[in-house]
Amino acid sequence: MGTIVKVSGPVVVATAVENAKMYDVVRVSDLGLVGEIIKLSASEATIQVYEDTSGIRPGDKVENTGRPLSVELGPGLLKSIYDGIQRPLDVIREKSGDFIRRGLTAPPLDTTRKWEFKATARTGDTVSTGDIIGEVQETALINHKIMIPEGTQGKLETLQSGTYTVEEEIGSVKTEKGSVKLYLRQYWPVRNIRPVNRKLPPSEPLVTGQRVIDTFFPVAKGGTVAVPGPFGSGKTVVQHQLSKWADSDIVVYVGCGERGNEMTEILTTFPELLDPRSGKPLMERTVLIANTSNMPVAAREASIYTGISIAEYYRDMGYNIALMADSTSRWAEALREISGRLEEMPGEEGYPAYLGRKVSEFYERSGNAVIKSAEERNGSITIVGAVSPAGGDISEPVSQNTLRVTRVFWALDASLASRRHFPSINWLNSYSLYREGLSSWYNKSVSPEWSKTYATAMGILQKEAELQEIVQLVGYDALPEIEKATLDTARLIREDFLQQSAFDDIDTYCSLAKQSMMLTMITRFGELQSQAVEKGTLMSQIQGMNVRERISRMKEIKDQDFGKYYEDSMNEIMEAFVPLTGGVVKND
Amino acid sequence: MINVNYRSISQINGPLLFVEGIENAAYNEIVTITMENGESRTGQVLESRKGIAVVQVFGSTLGMDTSRTRVRFTGSTARVAVSSDMLGRVFNGLALPIDSGPGIIGGEKIEIVGDAINPYSREEPSEFIETGISTIDGMNTLVRGQKLPIFSGSGLPHNQLAAQIARQAKVKGKDEGFAVIFGAMGITSEEANYFINEFRSTGAISRSVLFLNLSSDPSMERIILPRIALSTAEYLAYTENMHILVILTDMTNYCEALREISSAREEVPGRRGYPGYMYTDLSTIYERAGKIKGKSGSITQIPILTMPGDDITHPIPDLTGYITEGQIVLSRDLLRGGIYPPVNVLPSLSRLMNQGIGKGRTREDHRGVADQIYSAYANGRDLRSLSAIVGEEALSKNDRTYLSFATNYEKRYVNQALDEDRSIEETLDLGWELLSVLPESDMKRVKREHVSKYGRWSKEDALS
Repeated sequence: MGTIVKVSGPVVVATAVENAKMYDVVRVSDLGLVGEIIKLSASEATIQVYEDTSGIRPGDKVENTGRPLSVELGPGLLKSIYDGIQRPLDVIREKSGDFIRRGLTAPPLDTTRKWEFKATARTGDTVSTGDIIGEVQETALINHKIMIPEGTQGKLETLQSGTYTVEEEIGSVKTEKGSVKLYLRQYWPVRNIRPVNRKLPPSEPLVTGQRVIDTFFPVAKGGTVAVPGPFGSGKTVVQHQLSKWADSDIVVYVGCGERGNEMTEILTTFPELLDPRSGKPLMERTVLIANTSNMPVAAREASIYTGISIAEYYRDMGYNIALMADSTSRWAEALREISGRLEEMPGEEGYPAYLGRKVSEFYERSGNAVIKSAEERNGSITIVGAVSPAGGDISEPVSQNTLRVTRVFWALDASLASRRHFPSINWLNSYSLYREGLSSWYNKSVSPEWSKTYATAMGILQKEAELQEIVQLVGYDALPEIEKATLDTARLIREDFLQQSAFDDIDTYCSLAKQSMMLTMITRFGELQSQAVEKGTLMSQIQGMNVRERISRMKEIKDQDFGKYYEDSMNEIMEAFVPLTGGVVKND
Repeated sequence: MINVNYRSISQINGPLLFVEGIENAAYNEIVTITMENGESRTGQVLESRKGIAVVQVFGSTLGMDTSRTRVRFTGSTARVAVSSDMLGRVFNGLALPIDSGPGIIGGEKIEIVGDAINPYSREEPSEFIETGISTIDGMNTLVRGQKLPIFSGSGLPHNQLAAQIARQAKVKGKDEGFAVIFGAMGITSEEANYFINEFRSTGAISRSVLFLNLSSDPSMERIILPRIALSTAEYLAYTENMHILVILTDMTNYCEALREISSAREEVPGRRGYPGYMYTDLSTIYERAGKIKGKSGSITQIPILTMPGDDITHPIPDLTGYITEGQIVLSRDLLRGGIYPPVNVLPSLSRLMNQGIGKGRTREDHRGVADQIYSAYANGRDLRSLSAIVGEEALSKNDRTYLSFATNYEKRYVNQALDEDRSIEETLDLGWELLSVLPESDMKRVKREHVSKYGRWSKEDALS
């Protein structure tokens, strides 16, 4: 048994820890605080403790569990809320009340709950890592596939359908090294990447129902997104919207060092919200990891890995996963804090020199993958990582290291947020490297005009930025009428398309078909307006036209009614412009 | 070991003592230090090694020496005795009474570093607090259980604003008042007197607990003062079922004290010399606001901080903004224009506003009207800076109405008297009245039925 020789905040040094290996989980003092060995010398082990170390003193014992930090995987993960080291917070509440006391443990998966297991493989089958041998209906939405754990290979000796708890044996495999028992549950060390056969280029968008994202800066299933922004710019709302409406099968939401009330908001709203595709409560497909800012800092460091390991496990079943990490800056700060306590030589802004490596390792666990299994199946993990740069300045190390590895960048803009333009994604600074690759999908699945409409709209927005500079010098009235028309169209795009209210029952989700029609209507209106101006109409006349209301009302129209609304409105707009364009409406 | 006094200080460095040859001390253990002249101080173990402890002293190290000063380890971590008798009293940063009243006898001894609230136990804050201040109620609504700081600067009237909120805050339709816990860190005696007199003259003192650490008091006490204040708040909220409003001022002084200890410990500094763990440290204060399922009490926090150089990107406001649920930002420009309270609504925000407003809470049009004002005011402010360059004549007629909207908004909506208590209906109606100078077709943030129900546009205007 080891003995503590030094305590400094969450870092504890102990001597004579039995069989100490790097990243072994240990129990510290009689309280049994959970810790992990992060540095070893011949005589001493340095341990980061996942709980508050007040009252711990030199001489207290340290016990090695001999196992690395692992997650428990099996049916019952969905609908759960865990802390950073996968302790179920609902069970902890029953045990210790409203405040989290130290040294508590609870099994992550309910060991008493019985699951209906249906075997799909048969005795005598040859099985290896990743093969699906049966399934459990975990929630109304998700069919949980039971897979052969990593490193097991051989012939199925027994396998029986029936009702089991996660601890009961469901069958066994005869391997070269003897018989291996199978359970509904398996373990995975969180710091190891779950291997896949190979990764495929992402080919389908993650449809989010958010116009500025789907139309302008789409992310592919299996892609990576960085969302940096100062406080108050709406990072969390963007993440919440994505976890509500994105068309992934499963959402893993990691609240890493953020506000407690935000997790409460998810816990109260998700069970009531219905998935737009299946009509089932969103909670049925969600796993929450909550390590709020005031919870121990070392567990915050672990929470990201706990989340991604759970995501990888469901990906291996063949599902598409969206993982939200809010916020990776807090995770990086946890790294910095631990690094400081270890008295390591700091890199930029006090962050450890290995920050870049850790960030890229994390994002590399995303992707669209061919699963390691005899049967051919694919699954994907999309990672959306919020970054909270100090003072909103993205030249700081966490933002820069993140932008180096992510392929989509949604630049949240404080000045848009302060005028309540939400989502405050800046259309000039943001980018998506998936847009080109996905455009053929959009043209095929949504509208053949998609790429063209996008290009027109983006062109108008860029032109607006140039014109705004001129307006700053000479004033609006000095502009030629045709440029006033461009400014007006840009304003329609900003106000009636890009702005989207997360809190409006209808506007919170917008289907791709509706997005395409909305943007077509605005760009068409813009063209007609320009034609009318060329014929000598003044912008002040056009601005008074009642037909503009057809555009400003678009957001209020439900998805299913929008087709008809679009037809009617287009006709009405065309008609209204007939006298202004000299009787001929040019239809190009 | 508890009764052993050690005279083995090997080094004194700023507020830190290095004590050697001791039995093993516990991390965060409280120690008592007695000097030769009989004076004593309290301290806390910051780091413990075999036989050596690094102790942080609360209070001055003036007169301490390495040979005769005695150190005694108490064996327990920091605790404070709390009871409802504390209401109406004034204490220092170590919870000792300084109002010449008796000490607190009995009371429950609780840890000052509270355990984190289980996120699963939290209840979503949703009860609207009417402060009677339009820029807060109408635009950045405060709800029970929220932490909403005031970002101010030197010379701005944040104290008056905080006192006005403490005086006027109420929950609609309920008679229950707030108890106020006031924690002052490093403020001047003048400021302290202002608050004490304010609380006395309004009678609020009887339902207040004041913790005062003045500029001349030891800076190390500033580290534990907010924790003592919040432990008291938690006791009153969750044991005595009261609604507590905690005002902490000035968080900037707290952070300075944190930096002082960090540099004395020779830690690797983060931005601007503040320690890398300042975010985590601040969160252990701010996150103690909230509501708990099944408990009727609540803790609402209004921390005040002065932004050094009015710079909102300075680490103190920056890290605070990332933890709190919004911020109220005061502006020097508005103050110069004679506006009180000089709240600049554009960078201000209340993240929990949506939960507290709308039908059944305030009024159905609240969200829309607030968004519309935000967008119109932002537009008006942009045009104001534009007109400074190109002149007002170069603006279109429509733009000129936005310009005058912005001015009127500041003069009539933002501006109000120190004792003016506007109801939420008055605030919302005032918003509609001001908006009515703008074209009705520009009202894109408001639901159309609300425009016709609450708007002040006549039918003829709509057609023109």
